[in-house]
Amino acid sequence: MATLTNIPHQIELRTSEEPFPTAKTQRVKSTRTMWNWLEHLHPALLALIRVLLFVLPILVIVPLLIWWERRLLSWMQDRIGPNRVGPFGLLQTIADGVKLFLKEDITPAKVDRLVYFIAPALALFPAFAIGGTLPWGPSFGPLHLLTPIADVNIGILYVLAISSLGVYGVVLAGYASDNKYSLMGGLRSSAQLISYELAMGMSLACMVLATGSLRMTDMVSSQEQPLWGAVSFIQNWNLLTPFGVIAGLVFLICMVAETNRAPFDLPEAENELIAGYHTEYSSMKFAVFFMGEYASMFIFSGIFAAVFLGGYNILPIRWHYLAEVMPAMSGLWDFIDSINYWLAPIWFIGKMIAGISFYIWLRATLPRLRYDQLMALGWKSLLPLATTNFIVIALWLVTTSVFGVALGWVWAIGAFVVLGIIYRLTIGMKGVEDRLHNRVVTLEEPERRQVEVVEPPKAATS
Amino acid sequence: MINVAGIEITPELVAFGGLATVAALAAIGVVAFNNAVRSALCLVVNFFLLAVLYFTLNAELLGISQVIVYTGAIMVLFLFVIMLLNLGAPQILHEKWDFKRPAGIVLALVFAGLIAGQILPSLMSASRPVSNPALDAYGSPQAIGRTLFSTYVFPFEAVSILLLIGIVGSILLAKRRI
Amino acid sequence: MIGVPLVAYLSLGLFMFTVGAVGVIVRRNPIVIFMCIELMLNAVNLTFLSFARYHAVAARPGGPSAAESMMAGQMMVIFVMAVAAAEVAVGLGIIMAIFRLRDSIDIDEMSLLRG
Repeated sequence: MATLTNIPHQIELRTSEEPFPTAKTQRVKSTRTMWNWLEHLHPALLALIRVLLFVLPILVIVPLLIWWERRLLSWMQDRIGPNRVGPFGLLQTIADGVKLFLKEDITPAKVDRLVYFIAPALALFPAFAIGGTLPWGPSFGPLHLLTPIADVNIGILYVLAISSLGVYGVVLAGYASDNKYSLMGGLRSSAQLISYELAMGMSLACMVLATGSLRMTDMVSSQEQPLWGAVSFIQNWNLLTPFGVIAGLVFLICMVAETNRAPFDLPEAENELIAGYHTEYSSMKFAVFFMGEYASMFIFSGIFAAVFLGGYNILPIRWHYLAEVMPAMSGLWDFIDSINYWLAPIWFIGKMIAGISFYIWLRATLPRLRYDQLMALGWKSLLPLATTNFIVIALWLVTTSVFGVALGWVWAIGAFVVLGIIYRLTIGMKGVEDRLHNRVVTLEEPERRQVEVVEPPKAATS
Repeated sequence: MINVAGIEITPELVAFGGLATVAALAAIGVVAFNNAVRSALCLVVNFFLLAVLYFTLNAELLGISQVIVYTGAIMVLFLFVIMLLNLGAPQILHEKWDFKRPAGIVLALVFAGLIAGQILPSLMSASRPVSNPALDAYGSPQAIGRTLFSTYVFPFEAVSILLLIGIVGSILLAKRRI
Repeated sequence: MIGVPLVAYLSLGLFMFTVGAVGVIVRRNPIVIFMCIELMLNAVNLTFLSFARYHAVAARPGGPSAAESMMAGQMMVIFVMAVAAAEVAVGLGIIMAIFRLRDSIDIDEMSLLRG
């Protein structure tokens, strides 16, 4: 058991200044002189540049996303979609925005005015604030000064904290509108967001455990290591590792629920709640809600890309390793590597747009969940799965360092099986029963009322 | 440097003053607003600013967990319950005026005066943090993790049992039929 | 923040605690009273953390070292947060249960035990 003491030591190594030294750091140094002027700027000015470089593209991209959603959705549904305003209908969203601007801004008579006005702002704020730690470009070489806005050592926790503030916009809008349907929408939403935040936090915690760091840039650079520590020419993207697949799936589902999108859009289920929490909002305030939703979809896709999909790398291939192994073709591999590096923001935004497309695909495919199904999925499936994953990763880390790699895997798989059996016998069984019960729709025949035919008393005839 | 009554007015002090003023106003708002939702909102503002103040004290992990635990979970729960009660009966959350109000304010002022008069003056001398670069990272996740899982592992486990009991208790209270 | 004296943080903590105490005495809505208790807990948290940062208590010979007292303050805050979370879960459950039973949550009307 003496080897147990190795673990803190190992973690300490990982959290040192440069936890994952890459060969790339050396090679991009040659181009550094061209970018020297960036380092001589005042730090505050540099920070301002970083903020602008992040916020402006989002503001530009959000209308395009709405257009993309409408077009993609109509293709999936065998329609044409908006194609009249501008080339391919690209300006449709701008036209809609102008329309919303010019509309009358109605404030219902009995609203709680202060809360009614700050709710849309609160809905928009988290989407932009989360982006602060999002590494949308490489964290080394000349480009590292431009991204992320703040590379803090509690990056993942910051993401969780700010995303947990997203519920306020919805809840307060629902409360302030003085409308029963809005209030119901707000209540549903707060319950939904609290429930799914747990599973989301747990799945991110799994990745923190696997990576050994809370810093977002460390999470990205840890994914540039060899796959499973063994396959040297493939990057260790978390989605390619066994634990990462589970955590990634849980996170993917939770992020759809967190952004109130189909099939988890119960807070705005139009056939039950009109438009839910933003029923009473019109004109620009409605537009702000809309924009917040799309911006947070975009940002959550970005977090998924950074934590599970290898960040800014276009393909999970370690080009510089290929260049070392195949010296004859090293020119080609180095060229690809430099493209991978210099166009990094484009790859990252591409992954974010892929995430958005996934959202749209879900919306086109899946019907909306019922409320009890939503809660059951969150509490009975996702949370136990993420927690099991967390326990297994911890066990795997300990056993690997104590007994070696092979036995570590045996232990991990064994633990997963045991926990799975426990789950099946306790929560899972209940879930199966519930599902069976719910699927059988029993239309009980109403009790037939006995109709007594009462003869009218015969009038006494004389 | 500007000196006011023997205290150096630094930019940091001005920033702290702004944060603290808003936090104090929000704290007053919690008590003063008749509407429970507005009280809760004021409390959210207060907790968020406290998180910022924790950051200024270098306690970054605690600042962020303040946002996660208080602003993100506890206050949402409060709002949830307020709204549920509001949905059931909008009239029940109505405040009335009685003798408790002046009595409470006087008692609290006496209490505050006692502490401010007796304890704060003796701490005026210890008014600057000891600048020790080795200790500046005391609020980092690594430092807290090491301490929490070595020296404080027993209280940590006790708290986990407490939370478990809390979960069981709230389920017991909420479920009509077990 | 080096430029801010310890007393500034403590004053804010004292003020928040006082306001919380006033709220507990004055208000009749149990949810608001609960919020005021949270306010008081947070005032104490702020005090703990500011003492931890300024480690004014470490000067005593034979007492805990500066590093130990800095960590101790933060640990207390963590435990306070955990206890507050458990308290809120149970407390709000109790409030909901009372509301379901009596259709009222006015604290002055809860006098069943008075006899």
